[in-house]
Amino acid sequence: MNAFVGMPSFPKASSKSVSDAQLRHNLRKATHTIRAKRALVVDEQPDWAALRSAGAAIKDRTLRHLDVYLERLEEAVTAAGGTVHWAADAAEANRIVTGLVKATGETEVVKVKSMATQEIDLNSALEAEGITAYETDLAELIVQLGDDWPSHILVPAIHRNRAEIREIFLSKMAAWGRPAPADLKDDPRALADAARLHLRERFLSARVGISGANFAVAETGTLVVLESEGNGRMCLTLPETLISVVGIEKIVPTWQDLEVFMQLLPRSSTGERMNPYTSMWTGATEGQTFHLVLLDNGRTSVLADEVGRQALRCIRCSACLNVCPVYERAGGHAYGSVYPGPIGAILTPQLKGMAGPLEESLPYASTLCGACYDVCPVAINIPEVLLDLRSKVVTRGHHGQRLAMGAARRVLDSPRWLAVAQNSAGRLRHWTPRRLPGPLSAWSDTRDVPRPPKESFRQWWATR
Amino acid sequence: MRVALFITCVNDTLFPGTGKAVVRLLERLGCTVDFPAEQSCCGQMHFNTGYRDDAKPLASRFVSTFSGYEAVVVPSGSCAAMVREWYPSLGISPPGGVFELTEFLVDVLGVTDVGAYFPHTVTYHPTCHSLRSLKVGSRPLDLLSEVRGLTLVPLGGAEECCGFGGTFSLKNPAVSAAMCSDKVRSVLDTGAEVLCAADNSCLMHIGGALSRQRTGVRVMHLAEILAATEGDT
Repeated sequence: MNAFVGMPSFPKASSKSVSDAQLRHNLRKATHTIRAKRALVVDEQPDWAALRSAGAAIKDRTLRHLDVYLERLEEAVTAAGGTVHWAADAAEANRIVTGLVKATGETEVVKVKSMATQEIDLNSALEAEGITAYETDLAELIVQLGDDWPSHILVPAIHRNRAEIREIFLSKMAAWGRPAPADLKDDPRALADAARLHLRERFLSARVGISGANFAVAETGTLVVLESEGNGRMCLTLPETLISVVGIEKIVPTWQDLEVFMQLLPRSSTGERMNPYTSMWTGATEGQTFHLVLLDNGRTSVLADEVGRQALRCIRCSACLNVCPVYERAGGHAYGSVYPGPIGAILTPQLKGMAGPLEESLPYASTLCGACYDVCPVAINIPEVLLDLRSKVVTRGHHGQRLAMGAARRVLDSPRWLAVAQNSAGRLRHWTPRRLPGPLSAWSDTRDVPRPPKESFRQWWATR
Repeated sequence: MRVALFITCVNDTLFPGTGKAVVRLLERLGCTVDFPAEQSCCGQMHFNTGYRDDAKPLASRFVSTFSGYEAVVVPSGSCAAMVREWYPSLGISPPGGVFELTEFLVDVLGVTDVGAYFPHTVTYHPTCHSLRSLKVGSRPLDLLSEVRGLTLVPLGGAEECCGFGGTFSLKNPAVSAAMCSDKVRSVLDTGAEVLCAADNSCLMHIGGALSRQRTGVRVMHLAEILAATEGDT
């Protein structure tokens, strides 16, 4: 998340993106398309509610006995010829990976799209050691070429449209390898072809591949990557050394458990019945060296929180982003992290702690409309966690707000004072300002303030 | 049937017309309405902003005020959801028999035709807490479709949040306004004369923008439409 260091608070960042009409158009179009596709394939699954409960239950059981399953995973991976490394935080994970790459003598690596390596900003760490990391997922490639940040978990370049992608390819591809054809059109096929040719050179020359994993099966030591393009499979199979950075919450206990998630994940994320490429590998395959880096980076402290720990069930499907009305207007960058949208609003402040204004503002980046909870395939009650985080934020200061809230509570907790307040509002109704003062002015900038009535309901009832 | 009315602080202070309509409607349907004067606020604003210690006394007040009643009617989806869904996380058990207005009419009284007459074109915004926390489903639409003279027109993107979210509209004004303006556009696209919902806080937000833009579209709480009869026109 280092790339996002120094981000302004959510209200500030989002007010900037809200005024970007092109961005709002791109986001609306993309999220509404995926949203509709998801709804269609979820509705056709008669046992969706049962699957969802099973997904939540499996994840909860795993988290309850995480220590046991982690050790089981380590044993299985080691037995299958892999090497397991433990990383307490981003710096340690980056140190391990960088060390492993340097030991191979290589200065280039190909990457499978991975949230964990984004989270620890591995690419920058590698770059600092003279190693170039090439993103091979089409959307990640767009982000990397554009010197940009991802803004969506599944579709990192969702904020870009075809014309913008064409521009990026034309102006930047040459500096990274094979240039884009000069007559490049902006239709999806032409863009994909340009990316395919550009990436093919990478796949065939790379000796080190770096990935994450969607799931890690404790029973067998198997890692699982789901993807749509097949680029991941190229990176997983062609290089001589494979390094996978995996969050410790990615475990499922048994092979059988995958059945549930293989149904939940594609339908929730891409709106497909099954995803095009599912790669599974156990330990080191012949002729390949395999390293698994198990990443904590704040996860054990999330696990310690009774309400917040449900966020660790997340399988990164991004269904919550695609239905979130706030994400749709604010865009992913406003969340200041590789985890945007509703899940980011609860994950970032928990993983990083309430480290500053951004983390403190994220629990408030929601209207609590509940659409995210409805679509979550592992039933993370995001509104519940947001509310819990808010109660933690307010214990840390916010004096003005606390005074206002205290005063409001004292009035509301006394029907007599409430009546007095209502009475004076009624008597002063003709002086109700069109523009409200102080922080309330934000409201009256775009809306007319209702004029208080002559008498409150309470007064009417008393004279009835 | 004897029912207690929890009017909610927002309705009490800013929208007394809704409360009067609820009383009129319930009495017309044969209920005896009681208004316990000790009531104030469900505590939602404090709770949702993170001030649980301030929400607690308000929640306790609600419980002690309404515990003795067989049925408590709440003309607000979000306040009913606050009581039923979130009081337990404050360590407070909600009293039984707390119903959002449409739940009470359809489930307890068993009516969808409440004898209303309202000769206008109406579109309905389901509001998030009614829709997702309480899951009131088609109850409001079933009630509206029995109103004589009323033409119900579907609202595009009805299930999308209007962007109010209590203090959200103050803390994130830009995003809130953007959501509201999309909702306003959907409302205007219907050509309806009236936007109806069962929660005045959402209506205050959307209505404030409809009014600022001089659209001429009125907002009305569902209770006001259901209470209307021939004599009113």
